Amino acid sequence: MTDIADHPAVTTPSIGQSVRRKEDARLLTGTTNWTDNIQLPGTLHMQIVRSPFAHAKITRVDLAPALAMPGVVAAFSAAELGDDNAKVICVWPVVDDIVMPDFPSLAVGEVRHVGDCVAVVLATDRYLAADAVEAIEVDYEPLPAVIDMEAALADGADLVHESAGTNHCYTKHYVCGDYEKAAAAADVVVKRRFINQRLIPSTMETRAVVASPMGTSGELTIWSATQIPHVLRVLLALVTGIPENKLRVIAPDVGGGFGGKLQLYREEILATVIANRLGRPVKWTESRSENMVAMHHGRDQIQFIEMAATREGKILGMKVELLANMGAYLQLLTPGIPVLGQFMFNGIYKMDAYDWKSTGVFTTTTPTDAYRGAGRPEATFAVERIVDELAVELGMDPMELRRKNWIKHEEFPYETIAGLTYDSGNYEAATDRAMELFDYDGLRAEQAQRRESKDPVQLGLGISTFTEMCGLAPSRTLNALKYVAGGWEHCTIRILPTGKVELVTGTSPHGQGHETAWSQIAADSLGIPVEDVEVIHGDTGRSPYGMDTYGSRSLAVGGVAILHAAEEAVAKARVIAAHLLEVSADDLEFLDGSFSVKGDPGSSKTIQAVAWEAFTSHNLPDGTDPNLFGISTVDPQVFSYPHGTHLCAVDIDTETGMTKIRKYVAVDDIGVQVNPMIVEGQIHGGLTQGIAQALWEGASYDEDGNLTTASLADYLLPSAVDVPFYTTDRTVTPSTTHPLGTKGVGEAGTIASTPAVMNAVIDALRPLGVTDVLMPATPQTVWRAIQVAQAAGSTGNGGAA
Amino acid sequence: MIPAKFDYVRPGSVDEAVAALVAGGDDAKVITGGQSLLPLLRIRLAAPTVLVDCGRIADMLGVTDAGNSLVIGAATTHHAVMTDPLVKQHAPLLSLTAATVADPAIRHRGTFGGSLAHADPAGDMPTAALALDCVMVVAGPSGRREIPAADFFVDYFTSDLSFDEVLVGVRVPKLGPGWGYEYQKFNRTAQSWAMVGVAAAVRRENGSIAEARVALTNMGATPLRASSVEDALRGASATVEAVGAAAANAADGTHATSELHAQADYREHLARVLSRRAVVAAAGIG
Repeated sequence: MTDIADHPAVTTPSIGQSVRRKEDARLLTGTTNWTDNIQLPGTLHMQIVRSPFAHAKITRVDLAPALAMPGVVAAFSAAELGDDNAKVICVWPVVDDIVMPDFPSLAVGEVRHVGDCVAVVLATDRYLAADAVEAIEVDYEPLPAVIDMEAALADGADLVHESAGTNHCYTKHYVCGDYEKAAAAADVVVKRRFINQRLIPSTMETRAVVASPMGTSGELTIWSATQIPHVLRVLLALVTGIPENKLRVIAPDVGGGFGGKLQLYREEILATVIANRLGRPVKWTESRSENMVAMHHGRDQIQFIEMAATREGKILGMKVELLANMGAYLQLLTPGIPVLGQFMFNGIYKMDAYDWKSTGVFTTTTPTDAYRGAGRPEATFAVERIVDELAVELGMDPMELRRKNWIKHEEFPYETIAGLTYDSGNYEAATDRAMELFDYDGLRAEQAQRRESKDPVQLGLGISTFTEMCGLAPSRTLNALKYVAGGWEHCTIRILPTGKVELVTGTSPHGQGHETAWSQIAADSLGIPVEDVEVIHGDTGRSPYGMDTYGSRSLAVGGVAILHAAEEAVAKARVIAAHLLEVSADDLEFLDGSFSVKGDPGSSKTIQAVAWEAFTSHNLPDGTDPNLFGISTVDPQVFSYPHGTHLCAVDIDTETGMTKIRKYVAVDDIGVQVNPMIVEGQIHGGLTQGIAQALWEGASYDEDGNLTTASLADYLLPSAVDVPFYTTDRTVTPSTTHPLGTKGVGEAGTIASTPAVMNAVIDALRPLGVTDVLMPATPQTVWRAIQVAQAAGSTGNGGAA
Repeated sequence: MIPAKFDYVRPGSVDEAVAALVAGGDDAKVITGGQSLLPLLRIRLAAPTVLVDCGRIADMLGVTDAGNSLVIGAATTHHAVMTDPLVKQHAPLLSLTAATVADPAIRHRGTFGGSLAHADPAGDMPTAALALDCVMVVAGPSGRREIPAADFFVDYFTSDLSFDEVLVGVRVPKLGPGWGYEYQKFNRTAQSWAMVGVAAAVRRENGSIAEARVALTNMGATPLRASSVEDALRGASATVEAVGAAAANAADGTHATSELHAQADYREHLARVLSRRAVVAAAGIG
C-alpha cells in the first residue's frame, strides 16, 4: 500500500512552465474516443436527405421506396415527425423588433439553402442508410435564390421567408459622440467599402452525434462532437420538451470547433427525438461534403467604413455600417456575432465620435454564426485596413499614425468610445519588440529599392496593432446585450482521500489542452504535483455545471473558478490542520502543499494528510464537513483584453499574382502565461487561420445559390508547408481583473493576422495603382487587380479590385 | 460519404486481371493506389460493381532498364518513381514531376499508371509522360498493344483504354545526354492540383536551343504539347528574351476552362509565364 503520508513538497511553480500536454498521447495516437467510435448494440444509423436547391417548395416527399429496402427501420419527413419536429432556437435577439423566422429541424414545405434538411432515414447499418437515403423521392418547385445582400434589401426583392415580408432581420445602431460633426471638422475623411468574406470553420473532425435511450427510465444519453455539452443539454430540453434531468450530454474528445461546434444543431435534435421515439440508439456522422453546406459558416459582412482625422493625423471619429449575412435561418448566436463588433471597430484608438450600425440580412445560404474570433476579426480587419488607408491619405508612416492615436500605457484603465473599459495594455512595448524582431526600417529600405528598380517581385509590409475582447462576461453585460445566457464558469476541486485531486470543470476542451493547463493551476494552488490532478470535463453526468468553451473564455473565466475552488478546499483543510496541530487557523501558513505553524516549521501537515483525516473523519473539529471539496461558480468582472502587434512582409510575384509571406512577426500580450507551449500553439494555429482568410479561404455561391466551394479541393485550407515560420514573442502586461493576470489567447492570432497580411499585400501593390484587393487574395485576384489598376492608370483612374 | 456496394478481386497476374475485367464488363474498374478512384466512389460519382486491384501484380511494379528506354510498371507508386535511381538518371523529368504530386501520403499510395489511366487534365504525370513521348503498354483480351502518349489521352478523364484493358507499364524513351528538365507547377496550396503546369525538356547546343519539348497541364481536355513554343524555340538563342518570345505562344491551340480561382484568360497568361520559366530553368539560362 502506498504510504498516503508520503507526499514530497512541490516547491517549483508549474504556472509559466511549458508542461507537456497530458492529453496529447491519446489524441495523437488515435487511442481515444471520438463520437464516431461509439458503437452501441441496436444502433440505427441516420442519413439525411438534403436540399439540392437554394430555395424551393417541397411538393412531394415519398419515403416508401426507402422504407421498402431491407434494413431500413424508419424514415421521416416533417409530416411524419409531427410534434417531434422541434424548432432550432436563437438565444441572441439583439433588438426588440428582430425578425426570427421558424427554423424547424426538418423543413416544412420549403427549403431555404443547399443542404437544408428535408427527411431522414434510419437503417441498421451505415451503408444501408447511405443507399436508402438515395431512394427517398422529393419533388421540388424551385423558387428564386436570394444571394446578394444589397439586392436582398431592395424593394421588391425575392424573399427568403415569405411570411416575414422582408429579408431585413434587424438593424442595431450605436452612437457615441457626433460623427457627422467630427467629419465636418476633419481635414481628411477616408471612406472604404470592404468585404469580409464568408468562411467555413472546417474542423478536422466533422460533426457526429449518438443518442441512446437508457432502458425504460426515460433517460437519454447524447454524445455529440460539440463545444457546448452543458449548454446543449439545456437547449435540447427547451426545444424537445424532454425534461433536462432526463438528459445527459457528453462531449467526448472533440476534434476542433473554432465556433462551428458552438451550436444547437438540427441533427442533434433529430437524433435525440428519434432515439426517444423509437427506443433505440441513433447515430449520425457527418460527411465532409455535408459539413461544407450544413455546419454553420462564419464572417460574411459588407463593411462601409469611414474615418475622419486632422491633417496632423489625429483620429476624430469613425463610422461603421455593416450588412451582415445571416444566411437562411438564425442559429444559436447568428444575429449577435456582428454585434460583438460594436465594441471593437474602434480598436485600440482614441476618438471622440463613433457611429456604428449593423443590419442583418436573410439570404438563401447556410446560416452564419461564430467562427474563431466571432465579430472581432471582422472589426479588426476593418479598423486596421482603414487606418492604413488614412496613413496613405495623410502621407504618413502607418505605424507613426497608429502611435499618435492609440491608448497610451499610462492611460489605462481606459474607457473607449464604444463603452468598454480596457483594464490594461502596453501597445508601445509590444510594438517596439515587434519592430525590433521584424527589422521594419531595413525592410522599408529594401522595399524602396525594389520599387525603384521595378522588380517583378514587390515587397509589401503590413501592420496590425490589435486588441480584442474575450471571456464574454459578466452575465449582467450579456443581459444588456440581449444575450439569453450568462457568462459565468464553474469548477469543483475534490481532494480525494489518497491525496489525488479531481478537478471538475465546466469548460469543454476540443483541442485546447485544458487537462494540462488546469492541472497546472490546481497544482500550484494546492501545492501538489501536476500529475496528481485529473481533469474531468465535457459530461453533464460527471461535470454537471458549466458554460463550456468558446470566445477565448476558458482560462479567462474558467481559470478564476479553478482558483476559487482551490482556495475553498485549502480553507477547509486549514481548519482541519489547525485542529490537528492544536493551533488557531490564523497561526498556520500554507506553503508548497503544507500547513505549518508560524515560527515552528517542524510542526506541519501536508494537504494530502489532511485529506485522509477528512475522509476518516475520526478527529475533525465540530461543525466540519468530512470532505476537502472546493466549489466555485464565478462571474467575472469584465471582458479580457489581450492585444499585440503583428507585422507581415510579403513578396508578390507581380507576373503571376502569387503572394508569399516572407516574414511574420507576432508579439502578443496575453498577460501572464500558464503554459507558454500551449500559448505558442494557439498563436500558430490562430495565425494560420487568420492568414488563410487573407490568402486562401473564401466560401462563395453562384447566382442560383449553389456553394461553389463545396469541397476541400475548392475551399483551400493551407497546410504547414504553405505558411511561413512564425517569429513570435510575448510582452507581459498582467490583466488587472484576473487573479492570475492572464488574458484569453484562443482567438488572438486569427483576429490580428488577416489585416496584417492584407495591409502587406496592398502595400506591395500600391505603387502599381492598386488600392484594394478582395479576400482571399488569390493569385488570380491579385493579378487582375494589377491589370485593372494598370489599365486605369493609363487613363488616369484609381484602381481597385 | 461512403461508397455504394461493390465486389473486390485481386488478380495475381496481368492475364487474371484482364479476365476479371472481361468478366466484370464495363462496370468493372481497375484500382491500384485508389487515390483518385476512392474519392469518386465515396461521393458516389462512380459506382463500379467490381474493383480489380492490380496494385500487387509483380509485372506491373518497378522500373527496368530496356536499353533505349526504361519501362515503369503501371502500379509503381509516385514515391518510387520520384526516388528511383534509373528514373533520376534517364528520365529526371518524371522524378521532378512526381515530387510535385499532392503530398507524401498520397505519393506513397498513388501510382504512375493510375495517374495516366485516370487522364485528369489537371494531373501532373500525364503532362510529363506526354513531354517525354512515353508509350503506354496495354494488355487486353486480344493481347498487348502499345499506345503513344499523344494518342493515349482522349478527353476529360478519358484515355484510349478499353473497359477490358489494363495499363501494364510505360515505356519511357531515354533522351540521352545534353538535356535539361523542369516542371513548373502553379497551385495555391502545396497539396492542390495544378491551376496550370508546364513540363519542359530542353537540349542546348553552342549557346542556342537545339531542341525543346514543352507540355501543358490543365490547359484543355487532355495534357497538351505547346508545339508552337517548341517550334519557336528550335534554334533560338539561349537567352531569357528569346525564350520569352517563344513562350508567348504557349496558349496557342489550348482550350483552358474557367473556374472560380482560375479563369481561362488567367490560365493562358500563366501558361505563357510558366512556359518561359520552365524552359529557362531547363536550359540552365541565367
